[in-house]
Amino acid sequence: MIDATDRKLIAATQGGLPLTPEPYATVAGWLGLAEDDVINRFSIMLEGGIVRRIALAPNHYALGIAANGMSVWDIADDKAEALGEQVGALPFVSHCYLRPRALPEWPYNLFAMIHGHDRDEVEAKRAEIAAVLGTACRANDILYSTRILKKTGLRIQAPGA
Amino acid sequence: MRRSPLPPDAIDNTDRAILNQLQAGFPLSRHPFAAAGAGLNLSEEDLIARIGRLREIGAITRFGPFFDAEAMGGAFCLCAMAVPQERFEDVMISVNAHPEVAHNYERSHHFNMWFVLACERPEDIEVVAKRIEDETGLAVKRFPKLKEFFIGFQVKL
Repeated sequence: MIDATDRKLIAATQGGLPLTPEPYATVAGWLGLAEDDVINRFSIMLEGGIVRRIALAPNHYALGIAANGMSVWDIADDKAEALGEQVGALPFVSHCYLRPRALPEWPYNLFAMIHGHDRDEVEAKRAEIAAVLGTACRANDILYSTRILKKTGLRIQAPGA
Repeated sequence: MRRSPLPPDAIDNTDRAILNQLQAGFPLSRHPFAAAGAGLNLSEEDLIARIGRLREIGAITRFGPFFDAEAMGGAFCLCAMAVPQERFEDVMISVNAHPEVAHNYERSHHFNMWFVLACERPEDIEVVAKRIEDETGLAVKRFPKLKEFFIGFQVKL
């Protein structure tokens, strides 16, 4: 589990790392911690999965990979986990989840977000997923986003904030 | 966040190499820019300057640690609603007014509004979903994740 100091560290870095030669020392300075302590805490959080990775996220829209579609699939329950692993491993799938169906209107249990330069590319990749799933897939659909209505993300409050 | 494409000459091959390498990971060490720069034939100073510029022009959405909110004790739930077209704007305003709604998309489907509830306490998901149903008189379909698959997503730029 994370303690109050970890939460402060999360609150201080969820917007990003500072662009200084020693960014972990800079963050440590903000919080009155030692650099080694910051590095050590991140290392433990990486091991525990609280930090998934420390990395740079390209802006796909700005870089021309502007099309994305939420592909949804109705997969036999006994095959869904194994096939989900295969779909998630495809390089153009950014999220892949098993979710409950909402019958009768919604028969789909596997959700895979597909990215591409345009809708034709997304459709070609959707066909690749269909080929992976084969006859285990009973129905499928794809939902394109037509408008972003809100985008803020989760913000963790610093203790006492 | 910038959602329109940058002109093709906005980034050069060195920028592309930076984006490709650092989306896989950034070092956790005393001089991480020097360490990452070594693999790109860039000095610490040059790498910092280029990342700063990429951030400024909107080529990067995020640079730093990516946290798993669930591992921190929070909870997420994807939700969907079938909103009659003539009520869409009003329902959107009502849904978006909840701070727990982290993002919300209009999608081309009978279920035309898809949003994610993000709560620090898992029990709040139900509370907020119920509240939205009461306010709008529409059903909120809950699609909590049963399993998340490992993602190999890497875009070659």
